[in-house]
Amino acid sequence: MSATDQRTSTLWLVEVFVSLKPAVNDPQGLAIRDGLHMLGYHEVDDVRAGKYMQLELSGEDQSQVEARVQEMCEKLLANTVIESYRFDVRPSISDEETAG
Amino acid sequence: MSTRYAVITFPGSNGEHDALKAVEMGLGQPVEAVWYKETSLERFDFLLLPGGFSYGDYLRPGAIARFAPIMSAVEKFAAAGGPVLGICNGFQVLTEAGLLPGALLRNQELEFRCNWLHVRTETTRTPWTSGLDLGQVLHLPIAHGDGRYFADPELVDELIANDQIVFRYSTATGERDSTLNPNGSVDDIAGVSNRAGNVVGLMPHPERAYDPLIGGDDGLRILSSVLKAGAAAISG
Repeated sequence: MSATDQRTSTLWLVEVFVSLKPAVNDPQGLAIRDGLHMLGYHEVDDVRAGKYMQLELSGEDQSQVEARVQEMCEKLLANTVIESYRFDVRPSISDEETAG
Repeated sequence: MSTRYAVITFPGSNGEHDALKAVEMGLGQPVEAVWYKETSLERFDFLLLPGGFSYGDYLRPGAIARFAPIMSAVEKFAAAGGPVLGICNGFQVLTEAGLLPGALLRNQELEFRCNWLHVRTETTRTPWTSGLDLGQVLHLPIAHGDGRYFADPELVDELIANDQIVFRYSTATGERDSTLNPNGSVDDIAGVSNRAGNVVGLMPHPERAYDPLIGGDDGLRILSSVLKAGAAAISG
């Protein structure tokens, strides 16, 4: 765990989840729900279909990475007229392994 | 000097040749395709954003195209009041770019819909509909999988109040009938404009209706409106 170079940026793994806002009708989700019902999973009340994106990127610290990813979501990854998003940021494991 | 139409072409556009032919053959007007890497539109009077699947519809239809180099020039052109018409994928690009309100979602029935239908003209205040009569019905083809226009109830009220709904799906005689709405669009909306009215988007394809030989020429009523609008502006 050397910290000789303070400007060394860390590699991060970001998982972004995008889904239609609750007010937006999601026919794909309804079709998936009906499919599950046909398979006998009648306990399924609702399905919302969405998108999952995995980003690998470098950044100085978690809050800086979070601010950048939020920008990316607002500008491109989600259309906030119809979609909501959330994301998880964590240090890339492969980076820790190679660093150690 | 001369009236020139530009057809903005992205990788994955497929309606650009229809648009070029419609303007050339249907209107007899000069028209050029403009590749997405270009950055200037100063020599043009009217912009068409054609249908297709720009950037493969990746992420969302129009989401990547809106950042193409040419889009800065499109935004500048629109901000200066220039007439811009987005057709199908072009409509999707304009909503993603924030030049038109709302968004376009996967069709309600999850099917790609490809057929002729009717739309009713809801306003003549835009340069693309100024040559039409209010309530005039047009026979046009559609071909889309993501044409369900979405606006939340507040936005729909705003669009109505500001006269921004340009076309609605209708019967051949101009009555509203939601069973003829092909994609589940809110309020049977087939086309909208920006607040100023110079930017219009619609899901049906006027550029594929430019000759009776191919099913009809009602599309020319839309594409030629800007010529009259331009002439009126010059004479006025």
